[in-house]
Parts: sequence; structure tokens; C-alpha cells
Amino acid sequence: MQEQEIEEIERTLLLEAIFLRYGYDFRNYSQATIKRRIRQFVAKNDFETVGDLLPRVIRDPSFFQSLFFDFSVTVTEMFRDPSFYRALREEVIPLLRTYPFIKIWLAGCATGEEAYSTAILLQEEGMLEKATIFATDINDDSLLRGQKGIYPLKLVREYTENYQNTGSVCSFSQYYYADQKHIIMDRTLKNKITFAHHNLVSDQVFGEMHLIFCRNVMIYFDNTLQDRVFKLFDQSLIRGGFLCLGNRESLRSFSLSNKYERLDTKNRIYRKHVTHLHKSNLPIIHSLPSHE
Amino acid sequence: MNNMKYRAIVIGTSAGGIEASVHILWKLPVTFALPIILVQHLHKDQDVVALVQLYNDRIPVQVEEAEEKEQIQPGHIYLAPPDYHLLIERDETFSLSVDEKVNYSRPSIDVLFESAADVYGPSLIGVLMTGANHDGALGLQRIKQYGGMTLVEDPATAKFPEMPKSALACTEVDYVLSLDALEKVLFTLAADCSNG
Ligand SMILES: C[S@@+](CC[C@H](N)C(=O)[O-])C[C@H]1O[C@@H](n2cnc3c(N)ncnc32)[C@H](O)[C@@H]1O
Repeated sequence: MQEQEIEEIERTLLLEAIFLRYGYDFRNYSQATIKRRIRQFVAKNDFETVGDLLPRVIRDPSFFQSLFFDFSVTVTEMFRDPSFYRALREEVIPLLRTYPFIKIWLAGCATGEEAYSTAILLQEEGMLEKATIFATDINDDSLLRGQKGIYPLKLVREYTENYQNTGSVCSFSQYYYADQKHIIMDRTLKNKITFAHHNLVSDQVFGEMHLIFCRNVMIYFDNTLQDRVFKLFDQSLIRGGFLCLGNRESLRSFSLSNKYERLDTKNRIYRKHVTHLHKSNLPIIHSLPSHE
Repeated sequence: MNNMKYRAIVIGTSAGGIEASVHILWKLPVTFALPIILVQHLHKDQDVVALVQLYNDRIPVQVEEAEEKEQIQPGHIYLAPPDYHLLIERDETFSLSVDEKVNYSRPSIDVLFESAADVYGPSLIGVLMTGANHDGALGLQRIKQYGGMTLVEDPATAKFPEMPKSALACTEVDYVLSLDALEKVLFTLAADCSNG
């Protein structure tokens, strides 16, 4: 048997062990990336093989924690893909204006930059007051950092540039104050964001949403898991609600994708149809007042 | 080289790479029967649609951006999307990731090459060309280690020799060739494994 095949057996056992021991299920993640992260972890911690991790992972929760943090890599930025935020401002916000309140779910929010970006945008559109933002992830360490809203000062230039490219006419610097090394996000933004632990693999719907972001998370899931998560979003979204995916993600693997229209193809913004496709199934028909 | 042995070609290149890729691919027949998967370092805001168009104007084989979960088809040239790593799964579909940059690069050549070596083993051809950094050296080493064929552009004639050089420094590669020679190798390969 070749080395790669042996390693695959070890990886399968490791993921199985993690699931049985800690309840985290990475078995339906895209394996090429998982493989790479495990190999890096093995090298970084001076192990020889993937198999060597097994006994430690099973017996030592803190060891698992460190592996887990490497598994849920949280690379993100403020206003990642400025053209997406521009589209949000121009195409989605106008359609959300009529609602008395709006609930937004950012699934896989990492360290929260996306949540602050969204809050800023809503603020500028005069919609922050009536918005509630739920930002969820499986990585508690990241969630905590999001909650603090403190980010390295050295990234400010890049963030400011992104911000300007969203077509905003204001200044990014009004949303934080800075010390020598950090920027600290403004309270009014922070107060509008609820950070919470939620696992897309195993947790359920937790509310009705007008807008869901799940950007650059689905690429890490296989088709089966993608379909599960899309169903979860479908159950959460109100009719006419919006689903925003990452720049290279689509509803392709979603069995119910015909319930959605593409609002913006380039920026991967989808909208759930306002009415049912099969009108005959509408429960409302049965409750129509009769003319007799 | 016979058509049974090789199943895919991966190409990695950085500065000067667009011209180099066109140089070695422009003569390939449309009937070319291997998939070619290409990482070209780009600025993340690069207009990739325009780049794909440029390639398609100059290369007879269909060039397209690789999409996540897409099945890899022979006779297509796939380009890694800017700002994403491109990986290959065992079932020969693509995966994307936004994991940290590797060698300051995303997409990284190492990431593609290593995952391709895992999947294709000795049936893989790896080509590394011009570039001003070290990306691809470890990936090419992995391809060699798993029995694949490794080709590197000659640093003496490469527009930016650093990338080929760093690959040569860490691996006994199979061939060190000029762009003209690389073009001929691919052309010979094409004669061996064309659809008809
Ligand atoms: C690359 S980040 C994307 C961050 C942000 N949405 C963006 O586009 O910039 C992926 C995030 O997904 C999270 N994640 C991975 N698996 C998850 C799961 N099963 N449930 C919830 N979040 C998950 C990771 O912890 C990580 O923070």
C-alpha cells in the first residue's frame, strides 16, 4: 500500500475519533484542505505521522483544542470583496427598507470583520437602528475576538482602501478609535452584533432571517454537507429574503435551488422567491373567504 | 511517453507567466486529451474574465476558470481563481480554499502541486516556469517524490529566474528546458494522447 493511502486511513480514523470524542464532525469537509491542515499540524508539532496524533487527540482535550483551531481557519477581512458590499448597498438594502425590523445572520463570521462591515453599511443607510445582526461560528476564540472588536492597526490601510471601494462617501476612520497598535470598533456598531457559537453541521435554525451571509464557508464542505446547510438557510429565510455567498460559491449543490433567483450573479446574491412556485400547494388558498 | 501513463498536467508560474504559458500552450491541438491545471499568480483584483479571454484568443484548447466541485475534464485548461487556493480531491473534482497565503501567494503553486501529486501520483506532469519568488519548489518536489514527471524552465532563459532556480535547488528535476523546448515536449505529448 502506498504512503498516501495509509495516510488516508489515518485521517479517516482521526476524523472519526474527533467526532466520537468531541462531537465535531469534519467528515464531510472537503478532504484536500483538511489533509493539508492536518499535515501542517503534524509538522508544526513534530509528529511523524497523522496516526501519531490519535492517542493524544482522544485523551487530551487541550491538544484537541489546538488542532481544532487549526481546522477552523479564520482568514477574513473588513469589506472583503468591495464590489459585493456595493451590490448590497445598491441592490439589497433598498428592498429591505420597507421592513419594520431586519434580522441578519452571518454564518461562519470568523473574527467578526464581516459583521462590522455590514453594521457600518447599515449605519450609513440609516438602517442600523432597526437591525439585529447575529454573527456565528464554531471557533470560540474567533468569536471572542469579534466580540472585543479590536483589530491590528497595521491592517487599517487595506481596510480603508476596501471601504472606499465599496462606493461609500464617508470616512472609515469615524468607525473606530486607534491606539498605537490596534483599532477598537465603535460601540454603537458593537452593540448591534450578537456573537454566538453555532455549528452549521449539527445545529438547527434559531430564528427567521431577512438576510443571510455565508461567505467562503461552503467551499470547505462537500456536496452532501452543502445541501444540508442550504436547507438550514432555506428554513431560516423569510420569503423574499436574501442569501449572500462567497465570490466563488453557488447554489449548484442545493436540491431546492429553484426556490431562489439570482439577484446579482457576479456578487453571488440570491433571493428566495416571494411566492411559492407551485401555487396549488399554497395553504392560503384554503383559507380564502368564500363568496357564498 | 505513451498515452497510458499521464493523466494530468499542472503548471505553475508567476511574474512573466502569462506570456510563458501562451508560449508553451499556443500550439496544442484542440484534441489534446489531458487536463491542464494552471496557477498563475495574479493580483487579487486582476480582471480574471479578461485574462481567460486573452488565453482563449491565443490558445486553441478551451481555457476556463476552475470552479469548486467541478469535475476535471480532459482537454480543458483550468485557471485557479485569484485569491483562492485551488486543490484537487480524490474524485478528481476541484476544491477552493481561502486559507492563509502560502509563500505570500493565494493561489499558491505548492498547494495545487501537492494536492495534485496526492491524487495523480506517477501519472502527473508538473511544469514550473518564470517567477520572482519561491512558490512551487516544494510542490514540485512532492510530484517527483510520488513518481511524476517534473519540468522546469531554464533559469538561464527565464524572464524571472528565481522560481525555477529555487525548484532546482531542492529537487533533481527530470528536465530543465527553454520555453521552446517545453512547447515541443507538450506538442509531442499531444501527438501521443490526442482524442483521435
Ligand atoms: C474563511 S472563514 C470565512 C470568514 C468570512 N465569512 C469571510 O468571508 O471573510 C470560514 C469560517 O467558517 C467557520 N466554520 C467552519 N466550519 C463551520 C461550521 N461547521 N459551522 C460554522 N462555522 C464554521 C470557520 O471557523 C471560519 O471562521
